[in-house]
Amino acid sequence: MTSKVKILYFASLREAVGCAGEELDLPAGVGTVGALRSHLAARGEGWQALAAGRNVRAALNQKMAGADASLDAGDEVAFFPPVTGG
Amino acid sequence: MVEARAQDAAEVSVQHEDFDVGGEIARLGEGRRDVGAVASFVGLVRDANDGSGVRAMTLEHYPGMTERALEEIVEQAKARWSLLSVRVIHRYGRLEPADRIVFVGVTSAHRGEAFAACEFIMDYLKTRAPFWKCEETPQGARWVDARESDDSAAARWAASGAQVPAGEGEDWDDIELRR
Repeated sequence: MTSKVKILYFASLREAVGCAGEELDLPAGVGTVGALRSHLAARGEGWQALAAGRNVRAALNQKMAGADASLDAGDEVAFFPPVTGG
Repeated sequence: MVEARAQDAAEVSVQHEDFDVGGEIARLGEGRRDVGAVASFVGLVRDANDGSGVRAMTLEHYPGMTERALEEIVEQAKARWSLLSVRVIHRYGRLEPADRIVFVGVTSAHRGEAFAACEFIMDYLKTRAPFWKCEETPQGARWVDARESDDSAAARWAASGAQVPAGEGEDWDDIELRR
């Protein structure tokens, strides 16, 4: 059984990683938003925009989420810089 | 999974099109005789920011989450103050200086609640609604950085002692990913 999640990237983070989104089978041991962020950052190059220490926000199923939020199959996860609307 | 979102009456709109401020304000009080105060805010595109000229900006957003976030902010405002009607419109896409970006309109029986709720909605929108501005300047395109003053403007509502309704679990002022 696979645990597929949908991942979205926005604004400067989308430009840094070079794509707006993807579907990913969660690797073993990647069960939280924070673990997913680390997994993606480890791809290197532009993905390092997701590395620890970078100012990145996350949403899980369209609600702001912290690193501890746990992932399930079918979830929609988004990573983006701090928002600048209004 | 993303839960289905209730399609409420149009309190919140996320659109590229411009809006009519007078018409929106008129609609807020339409058919009511209990409104004593209407407070509104309109945000416009400035032609300069952080020392550079701004020819235009493009607002990107997160369709789906944007509407949810705005609805959540409206719900919080209604839980804090006795509001009779609320309207929030936020535009996205490419906008030029003097274009309208955002409208917030609030009605209540007395002015204090309308003033406060209008400012609260703007402060929370600035830090919680998933919009990002990319400016066109003479030096090229640049993403606007979030301002600390916006965080402190939003945080003062939490510190003001007013009750914050039980939210979605996450403390919005602490959403930077913990390491």
